[in-house]
This record gives sequence, structure tokens and C-alpha cells, in this order.
Amino acid sequence: MSAALEVISPGIHTTMQDARRIGFQDIGVPASGPLDRISLRLANALVGNPPGTPALELLLTGPTLRVLAESARIALVGGGANIEIRASNAPNFSGAKIVPAGRSVRVVRDEVLRITSLGEWRCACLAIEGGLAIRPVLGSASTYVRGALGGLHGRALRAHDNLPLNLNAATERDEAALSQPLLPGFEQVIRVVPGPQADYFTHAAMQTLLSAEYSLSAQSDRMGYRLDGPLLTHARGYNVVSDGIVTGSIQVPGSGQPIILMVDNQTTGGYPKIATVISADIPLLGRRKPGRKIRFAAVDVAEAEALRRQQEADIERQCTLIITTVHD
Amino acid sequence: MNTDSTSAHFLPAGDTALVVEFGDRIDRELSERVLRLGAQVRKARLAGVIETVATFRSLLVHYDPMRTSNAHLITAIRSLLDEGSTEVQPRRRWRIPACYDPVCAPDLADVAQRSGLTTTEVVSLHCACRFHVYMIGFVPGYPYMGDLPPALVLPRRVDPRVRVPAGSIAIATHMTAIYPIDSPGGWHLIGTTPVRLFDPGAARPALLSPGDSVQFEPINASELERLRSAVAAGDYSVPCEVITA
Repeated sequence: MSAALEVISPGIHTTMQDARRIGFQDIGVPASGPLDRISLRLANALVGNPPGTPALELLLTGPTLRVLAESARIALVGGGANIEIRASNAPNFSGAKIVPAGRSVRVVRDEVLRITSLGEWRCACLAIEGGLAIRPVLGSASTYVRGALGGLHGRALRAHDNLPLNLNAATERDEAALSQPLLPGFEQVIRVVPGPQADYFTHAAMQTLLSAEYSLSAQSDRMGYRLDGPLLTHARGYNVVSDGIVTGSIQVPGSGQPIILMVDNQTTGGYPKIATVISADIPLLGRRKPGRKIRFAAVDVAEAEALRRQQEADIERQCTLIITTVHD
Repeated sequence: MNTDSTSAHFLPAGDTALVVEFGDRIDRELSERVLRLGAQVRKARLAGVIETVATFRSLLVHYDPMRTSNAHLITAIRSLLDEGSTEVQPRRRWRIPACYDPVCAPDLADVAQRSGLTTTEVVSLHCACRFHVYMIGFVPGYPYMGDLPPALVLPRRVDPRVRVPAGSIAIATHMTAIYPIDSPGGWHLIGTTPVRLFDPGAARPALLSPGDSVQFEPINASELERLRSAVAAGDYSVPCEVITA
């Protein structure tokens, strides 16, 4: 029997994601990938996977999975949650072993693991040593649900799915833990680079964006986050001839209500874009649930690039600081 | 060549992309400049450039800030614009079968009425054009093609549909398009093609590329069914001519 994780319950929206689908935006295919690439990177590092190995992205609540393999090593990063592991013969989770986020753990055949609420976090990543045995579509295992591409049948997990694993057994090694927990940064100011269509807005609109407090609307998903808060006034109408969109583009339709395009963003669009969230801060947004407050501050492109490079160096450092632990 | 670098504007799209904007109109000449620069950037293999997206009026250049920067790329792209390009890109001319039978053209009668034309006149106008593929966007493989003759120019539908079936041929404003996958849509549906515009398993997942041209060839409902079966069986390829001059 081939190694797999059986989905007992799928969680609200659990999808496979990897290092994004690169090279097809010119034919309208979004890059997708994880809302929080830092969680993905660290979770993969904890189980010894190369960066970008396909893992599960959990949104709001996680799945319940049964181990259909000799053993498997898993790690959860992000989410104010634990992994609960129920022995194969246990009737329920009351005596389950609790493994917090930020460390790896080996599970064995017929054990059942579950991740319930992610608490205050929107998303988390669950990585499995060796990765999921999924054939990439257009170079990536990332799931793009709207286009039914990638992942398992191009959709979120459902009960009774089997997630095929590359390894039938975890390798013999010590378990790993992050030397410091990943902090969500819920209060951090989100930095933006003004433009590309800042000139389509009044000066007051830009001032408002950079000083007002917004909150994430309930209408927010992997494609885009609507913001509740002061409306932004266009100076030159709200239809532009379509041009390119990036993850982080803040577009403002006729209503004046800003929308931040997230990882499943469409590749082109015809609304003016007042600013772009810097790439270093996309994971911070990725973690925030509806209702969270958002404030913006402007930086220039060179600062934004420097911030991203610094962030990558910090993540690299965190990966090298992973400590090995022997537990149980 | 021309003085593209003086008329091109570089706009920031955060720290992972920049926009090279040639204008703010839908215009064939602008489109040609966008496509020419796209070909130059691909050929130059500039370090750190991940991919480019051609639109009506601009080229979006996605880059990796670990490997390059906005400032470096502006210098590099400006010199590509100054060098210009005399290279002629091969262009593909497609002849796409289109069934305008009322059963697969739910808005044809309405379009005819609004345009003050008969349905036959609408169909002949639509078939007579050789459309230019300006860009692909909205959903995977969705081609924005123009320009429609002035008589067929209509605003989008007031009530967008929640689901437009794949293969629907649509018009709105100065553009015509084909829905590659089932998706929501606000354009007027005037026909159906059996051709698949997007196939993630194919070597070229999108049938059309910006710069291609498309002419529709009317077919009747029984030919539509026959071609659909042929497409499903993998026994059909869309007539296409490659023009290199």
C-alpha cells in the first residue's frame, strides 16, 4: 500500500502550496503559493525538506488526518495551534499527545493527528518530510482553486481524500525545533510603495491611506482582501486601461473601498492601483484574519528591496538556528 | 528605430515588479511596442527577471529582489529601448471555428437589436475581422482581441453572469474574447467555439499569445458537435499559419 495521509476532516480550506507557479502569468495564470511563505519555509526546514517543497496550507482551522504509512515526520508553523496526536487505539483525543507549532514530530501508522482552530491566525503550514507526491501542474503543486489547477484535483481537501506521500517512513533522526517562535506581527504597520497609479488619486486619498486605520473585511480570501475604512477618492476616474497586477497591489474600484490583491491575484486588471504592499509584508497580511486592524506606511522601492533582502537573511539565519531535540 | 526610451515611463509595482508604460490607450501601435519590448527582455535574459506580462499599454516585469533591483532593471531596459529591435517576431494567424447558431449564442439577438443590425449582419461583421490578440488576462488563457468594428461596440452587460461556459465567444466595448474556462463574465455571448483555449497539460497551455491574430470561421450546430468530439478525442488542431514577415 502506498504511503498517504487520509483526510478524515479537511478543515475550512486546506490546500497544497509550494514555491509559487512561476512563468505563466503572461497567459493569465496566477502564481498562487502560500499566504505566508515564511511559515512554509520554516515548516519545510523543520522536517528537513528543501525550501519550496509542497506542503499543506491551513486556513482558520486545520484538518484531521490518519497516517497510512509506516511513519511520517510532520511540522506545523504559524497558527496559535498545536498538533494533537491520538494513538491508533484511542477512542478520542482526550489523552492525545500535544505538539506545539514550531517543532517536528514523528507519527506512526494509524495514529490520527488533528489541528483544530488556528486561534488568532488566518493561516499555518503543515509540512511532511519528503513532501507530498503530487504531480506539478505548470511547474508547481500550488493549488489555484478558481482555475482548478494544481494540488489535489485543483481543489481544497475533502473528507476521504488520500494525500500521497513520497516517503513511507520518516528518516531516523532527532526531532527539530525553532530556536524562537514565529511571531505573527499582528500589530506591525504594513509598508507600501506608492504607485503605479498614485496619480489617479487625490493627494488627500494618499494621505488617508497612509494615516487611517483600516480593518480587514470578511470578504477576504487568497485572491484579495477588501478593506473597511475611509474611502479613497479618485482624481481621474476609476477605469484605467488594463495593466498588470502583482501580489500586494492595492486596487481601488469605483466604490473607493481598497482591495489588496493577495497570492491568487488575477494577472491583469482595470482599476487604478494606488500603492503596492512590499513583498516582505505579504506574510504579515497573510496571517491576519477578518476584523484585524491595518495601518499603512510608505517606503520607496530601494528600501522595500532592502527590507526583503534583510528578511530573507533573517529567515536563513532562523533555519540555521534550528535546534535538535530528542523528545519522547 | 524609434525613441521608445523617451516615451516609456517606469512605474514601481512594489519591490518585485516594475511597469514599463507606453501610454494609456488601447492602440495597435502601443501594443506592438509592448510586445517588442517583451521579446527583447526575454531574449536579453536579464539577471533576476522572472517573467513579463504584456498588457494593452505596458509591460509588467516581475523580478526577484534578491538578484536584481528596480534601479538596475530600469537602466538595463532603457538601453534595450534605445537599441531598439529590428527583429521580426513570428506571428500566428489562427482561423477559429465559431458557431453563431441561436442555441449557442444567447445574446446574439440582443446585440443585433441594440446595434440596429440583423443577427446575420452581426455575424458577418464579426467574421470579417482579423483580430489582434492584445493580451491574455482575467482568467488563464483569456484573450483580449480587437478591435471590433464600431457598429458592434457596446458596453458590458448590466448584469454579469455568474457562470459563462468555456468556449463562449463574447464581445464588449471594442473587444472580443473567448472564455477558456467556465467563469463569471459580463460580456455579451454571441457564439461558441469547440476549440480549447487553455489546457494545462499541453506543451503550450494557452492556445493564443499576445501578438497573434484571429479570424472566426462560421460553422453550423452539427459541425460544432462534430468538432467538439474531435477536440475531445485529440483529433483536431486549429488551423494556423505562421507569418514571419
